[in-house]
Amino acid sequence: MTQAQLQETANIPAHGEEPPARKWQDYFGFNTDHKVIAIQYLVTTFIFYCIGGVLADLVRTELRTPEVDFVTPEVYNSLFTLHATIMIFLWIVPAGAGFANFLIPLMIGAKDMAFPRLNAVAFWMIPPAGLLLIASLVVGDAPDAGWTSYPPLSLVTGQVGEGIWIMSVLLLGTSSILGAINFLVTLLRMRIPGLGFNQLPLFCWAMFATSALTLVSTPVLAAGLILLAFDLLAGTTFFNPTGGGDPVVYQHMFWFYSHPAVYIMILPFFGAISEVIPVHSRKPIFGYKAIAYSSLAISFLGLIVWAHHMFTSGIPGWLRMFFMITTMIIAVPTGIKIFSWLATMWGGKIRLNTPMLFAMGFVGTFVIGGISGVMLAAVPFDIHVHDTYFVVAHLHYVLFGGSVLGIYAAIYHWFPKMTGRMLNEFWGKVHFALTIVGLNMAFLPMHKLGMMGMNRRVAQYDPKFTFLNEICTYGAYILAVSTFPFIINAIWSWLYGEKAGNNPWRALTLEWMTTSPPAIENFDKTPVLVTGPYDYGLEKAHEGVPLSDPNPILSAGPNSVLRAEPDPAVAANPEDRK
Amino acid sequence: MQSQTIDPAKTELNHHHTAEATVGHHEEHPDHRLFGLIVFLIAEGMIFMGLFGAYLAFRATLPAWPPEGTPELELLLPSVNTINLIASSFVMHNADTAIKKNDTRGMRTWLAITAAMGAIFLVGQVYEYTHLEFGLTTNLFASAFYVLTGFHGLHVTIGVLAIVAVLWRSRVKGHYSSEKHFGIEAAEIYWHFVDVIWIILFGLLYLL
Repeated sequence: MTQAQLQETANIPAHGEEPPARKWQDYFGFNTDHKVIAIQYLVTTFIFYCIGGVLADLVRTELRTPEVDFVTPEVYNSLFTLHATIMIFLWIVPAGAGFANFLIPLMIGAKDMAFPRLNAVAFWMIPPAGLLLIASLVVGDAPDAGWTSYPPLSLVTGQVGEGIWIMSVLLLGTSSILGAINFLVTLLRMRIPGLGFNQLPLFCWAMFATSALTLVSTPVLAAGLILLAFDLLAGTTFFNPTGGGDPVVYQHMFWFYSHPAVYIMILPFFGAISEVIPVHSRKPIFGYKAIAYSSLAISFLGLIVWAHHMFTSGIPGWLRMFFMITTMIIAVPTGIKIFSWLATMWGGKIRLNTPMLFAMGFVGTFVIGGISGVMLAAVPFDIHVHDTYFVVAHLHYVLFGGSVLGIYAAIYHWFPKMTGRMLNEFWGKVHFALTIVGLNMAFLPMHKLGMMGMNRRVAQYDPKFTFLNEICTYGAYILAVSTFPFIINAIWSWLYGEKAGNNPWRALTLEWMTTSPPAIENFDKTPVLVTGPYDYGLEKAHEGVPLSDPNPILSAGPNSVLRAEPDPAVAANPEDRK
Repeated sequence: MQSQTIDPAKTELNHHHTAEATVGHHEEHPDHRLFGLIVFLIAEGMIFMGLFGAYLAFRATLPAWPPEGTPELELLLPSVNTINLIASSFVMHNADTAIKKNDTRGMRTWLAITAAMGAIFLVGQVYEYTHLEFGLTTNLFASAFYVLTGFHGLHVTIGVLAIVAVLWRSRVKGHYSSEKHFGIEAAEIYWHFVDVIWIILFGLLYLL
């Protein structure tokens, strides 16, 4: 079947239920196609990222000078509360779900998710929850007790704002639980014949671990928030010490979710990076099983380390010991991943294009964030820098230097598959350079600030911190500027970019074996697996294939798949390769 | 080297497949709904685990539990209610057995009895609420008691509504049969879940 014929069949909806999205307006409605939902997720969360970024720059503008001169302290409290809430619950967590929605069915050869309608419902909980949060700014009673909403503080600040916060986070939690159910069932039940778990692309492994973690931890946060809502609105005293309640119980419930949540935020992008690096290094991934199983190890360990956020909350000494040790152990599976990526790049023919640059930036900055994490895991050091800018620096290196760079790497890598067009390389590199400079300027000085003793969450500070804060603020401005080349590049390329073809990166995972963008039920024919997802021919790897290489063996198109068959005997029976 | 190829036999199958696919879409996939429900109930269970954990933490940290001055809980009514709820789980299983033998009438009868038993449980719970000597904000135990039993009661209500929905749908002849009985099975699994949670809840709040 030729390319043209394939296009022709692709445009016939295979079922009468839901038309595919052909025009941009189609993305504004209820659509059950996983690819449409994925783009809805990604675009929506990116808009919230921009809003959260504006809030961050307002916070940094206030902190440029030691005095309170830009906004009032109350507004400042709302700004950092909403910045954190939006970035975590409305950007990084759902962005991971966005990529999972696009990639999981394609990577396992399924037509759609297991529950397409549930999938759309999960997405459509996000916009109202986000609007609710932003509306709280407008009604003048925004939540201002920090993104952790620790009682008793959260019980004495604005009631309306706090209620809105609880409602919004509960909605977002429900959304991510429904998403996780869908991913788990899809991954467990809808793989094409012959695709065992040990041939699954690493992104799928990562999403499996992430979804399991979401499923187990998010409901506990919901329970905590239900009790907090009763305290706030019905006058109970679960977490209010004046009525015999115990605020530390809230902290346990909160961190039982919110610590695993940092793995929910980073594991999908560990997965994405594990896809990007072997493709752009033209080499088989090093330590496939080690990377796959370390995701599971991280999600298991992630569930038993939450109290390291509470070393200063008065928990018993033996408990601190336990949580210090388990927290440090998490560095082991994380290190396994980092070393496997480095070993994959070692001796590979690295193509320094934008996705690969972001992936390498991810590895570098994540290592800094990971190391400061190990430092914070040590109880004495944690007590010293608790609630200072050292913590802020650590979490931003992990979440910006990790998750956000991972998201960008994934966008640049899969944009051709999602839209059928390439992103502009030059502007991609400009975007990358600005991001890396801005990120390190904004967050590196914070380590020093924290060690010197500057508190987080306060609008006013000692004038001796002024110089470093100015650097941070200008870094934050650079980060704001860095998104413009990306936004313009994304919109322009989507409309007029160079046509990508089916497989511009010459990748071997299943999603590249269909058209770009994929047709409504993904695959024209049920694909049959012949080799694993990372079997980049060892002898070919060192040759390195330039993008324009017309080599039929590696070039895109369903026909080439047939031609690239390694061995007819193996191809005939997928079971043979086990 | 490359990872996929197209199997001619599969292609044949697939053509056949798309010809029919215009009628229904997701019905042609294998049914994952029961598995999905079980995964969902893990999440539901974790909400209860969170609440139970909080309850145990309060219990462990407070010097006296229940706090001094809390009136004694009456045990007779809740015990009867517990036996009623456990029994209803067995009654409901009969409905499942009946439909697997294509006995729609039997299935409807057993389901109606289950729904009635669920309703009795809820009435008993409301009766208990109105006769307790403490309110939601009396003390920590009272708050926990109402929130935990209330949240469970909400789940029982949803379970009863699910059973009623199945009964409503079974009016159509042939809607459920020995091959097609997802609704009944789903309602049953949910009902057993609610039951198991109640047993833990009863032990924690009344007996411990």
